[in-house]
Amino acid sequence: MATPVTTSRRAGSRSHGIRRGERTAGWLFSLPVIVILGVFLFIPVLMAIWVSFSDWNGRGSPLSTSVHFTGLTNYAAVATDGGLAERNLGLALRNNAWYVVLVVPTQTALSLMLAVLVNRAILRGRSFFRTAFYFPSVTSSVAITVLWLFLFSTTGVINKVLSWFGINGPNWFHDARGIVHVALGAVGVNSPPAALANHGLFGIDWWEWLSGPSFAMTAFILMAIFTTSGTFMLLFIAALQNISPEQAEAGALDGANGWQQFWRITLPQLRPTMFTVVTLGLIGTWQVFDQIYTGTKGGPGKTTITPAYLSYQTAFEGQEWGQGSAIAFVLFLIIIAFTLLQRWALRERRLSKRRSFHHQTRGKTS
Amino acid sequence: MTWLTSRGSLGAGSLALATALVLAGCTSTSPEATPSGTLSPTSSSVGDLTSSNDPLTLLIASSGDSETKSVEAAVAAWSAKTGVQATVEVASDLAQQLAQGFAAGSPPDLFYMSPDALAGFASNGSLKAYGDFLTNKRDFYPALVDNFTVDGNFYCAPKDFSTLALVINTDMWSAAGLTDADIPKTWDDLDAVSAKLTANGHVGLAFGPQFERIGVFTAEAGGGLVVDGKAAVNSDANLTALKYVQSHLQDGTFAYSSDIGAGWGGEAFGKQLAAMVIEGNWITGFMTNDFPDVNFRVAELPAGPGGKGTLQYTNCWGMSADSPNQKAALDLVEYLTAPEQQLTFSAEFGPMPSIASAADAWTVANPTLAAFLAGALYAQYLPSQAGAGDVIADLNSQLESLKDGDPGAILDAEQANLQAVVG
Repeated sequence: MATPVTTSRRAGSRSHGIRRGERTAGWLFSLPVIVILGVFLFIPVLMAIWVSFSDWNGRGSPLSTSVHFTGLTNYAAVATDGGLAERNLGLALRNNAWYVVLVVPTQTALSLMLAVLVNRAILRGRSFFRTAFYFPSVTSSVAITVLWLFLFSTTGVINKVLSWFGINGPNWFHDARGIVHVALGAVGVNSPPAALANHGLFGIDWWEWLSGPSFAMTAFILMAIFTTSGTFMLLFIAALQNISPEQAEAGALDGANGWQQFWRITLPQLRPTMFTVVTLGLIGTWQVFDQIYTGTKGGPGKTTITPAYLSYQTAFEGQEWGQGSAIAFVLFLIIIAFTLLQRWALRERRLSKRRSFHHQTRGKTS
Repeated sequence: MTWLTSRGSLGAGSLALATALVLAGCTSTSPEATPSGTLSPTSSSVGDLTSSNDPLTLLIASSGDSETKSVEAAVAAWSAKTGVQATVEVASDLAQQLAQGFAAGSPPDLFYMSPDALAGFASNGSLKAYGDFLTNKRDFYPALVDNFTVDGNFYCAPKDFSTLALVINTDMWSAAGLTDADIPKTWDDLDAVSAKLTANGHVGLAFGPQFERIGVFTAEAGGGLVVDGKAAVNSDANLTALKYVQSHLQDGTFAYSSDIGAGWGGEAFGKQLAAMVIEGNWITGFMTNDFPDVNFRVAELPAGPGGKGTLQYTNCWGMSADSPNQKAALDLVEYLTAPEQQLTFSAEFGPMPSIASAADAWTVANPTLAAFLAGALYAQYLPSQAGAGDVIADLNSQLESLKDGDPGAILDAEQANLQAVVG
């Protein structure tokens, strides 16, 4: 009877004795971060949510008594009212969607490829290549944007190189034509079928949604791939180095060729890293701002405005603070939705019945 | 305006900011006269302005070093005269910095304010409408006063202004066999000279792909975006103008500056990619600094079917409602907009005085630029109602593809947008 009492006392003394104050110390040590995140992140986010539901007009505190709750008015203005604000959001979403669709898969595939190349033991000068590939990532995006503006100017290097092959390069940062439209125009499709032209979303008809990124946006897409692949390559290298070479060896003994080893052994083990890379890629690409701000300010023909830039412009230049915040939260919801979607898509799957049967029979025969 | 110019001014701005800080340090240590009654006599109407001993802060968007130094010198002279301390800060992004100041309740006392930003800041009560208190109120050009009047309140004193005119490369002009008698007076004349001047890697006439330039043609056609307080974007006159511009973009005698590899009209002109451009007073300083070897002259824009037309651009000295020392700020504005001070500004960085009493002296000092001032008589200005800026931005995005676009459809779409803003 005494024993359990002692144990419980011992257990109690464990949390109150030697480890007494651990809880306090823990809170104390994390306090700076909590305070910093609270003051600079959490409270501002809450205030921005409030602004998006209010009629705050940019003067004085948003929490003062002269600011009123206006419900979904701001969200309606940017999403359903049929005015210019809705059209702008539609254009921004279209531009950014193309940007995401083209950047995320390409940068993921490219960074994985670079990582596999650089990770090979036989490659000479591995560290040189690793540094070279990573270099664009550590350069400031503003500096790279400026470089890009020169490279892709009308008479710039890119067009010069294209001219060697007899291609009359586009006027990149001033060309508002969508590349899908241009491609369709090349095969003679210049006007939309009525089904596309008469229906749409956010004030933009489907034909415009399908225009593809403009040449200006295409240049930004190339830039994003160029600058981010290095960072993600590092993540993949780290993951590759965690995979023991014995597994590949075992696979080789079982008769798997190099390609099969990569697809069946290496790639499945990279799934957590893949999740990280795709998530970071999605978030980064949906939030693209600095390139637009430094480079084109949304032009030509509004084909490079993105929700992040539109939010800034609406609030600071248009003085529509509520609408600007509303756009920011629409963007927030989009990012959350996409992250959940790809979390679901990349989940650990149990083998289907057919495939597990396949495996068992294989196991028996061998 | 464009990435190229804005980037340039960003660098210049940060340099100028450093200069401003150094100068500010100097003024604060120098002995000052006692703050005494050198301020303008206070009339009864000025009674609701705030007054205190607080120093003043000015926030300006400088076009470069010369403008910054010029404004700093003028403000320092006023400080020495009145004993009120005042510092000049150069904004790298004026709209953003102002918005932050208003939100935080600590805005600069005086600042550059453009007409398109006026309505937004006026509607949320950030601005003090002090125009009627100005002792030199009647001296300002009426069109400029209208430009800064919202709902019948004259908000702020125009600090200066510019108009658009036709800038001609005189070497190309004479090389094409043209003489002074050929300066275009009508659109037909313009057709003729543009065709003659289009050759050898340059176009006849270039301008930026935006309504801020193309608007001169709609003005000359007798149109405009807002007529008698109503949106009139899809008027016949505007359609005539856009079709005229479109036809010449197509035949290659006109071109957008962006299509010939320049960030804006002035750059196209300096690089000799165009024999003529439509630009404002700012081009003279730009050419002197960046392309001193290009010879040019300035002429009035040709008249279209609706007569002469051009656009004016101006900024005012905005005053914040939260400023604790509005009386001193008003006195500083009167000092900065006085004839002699505006003539000094004009000589040092370009724009024209906003007051009629300085016109003669300005013309004497700038005989070759008289065409800019002549434009003041018939200049239109862009609509400045809250939200109009977004409509113009959308119009510009459509005008970029005017060459292959449908002018009627563009104007109809923007008519609907502008009606939502203006009525």
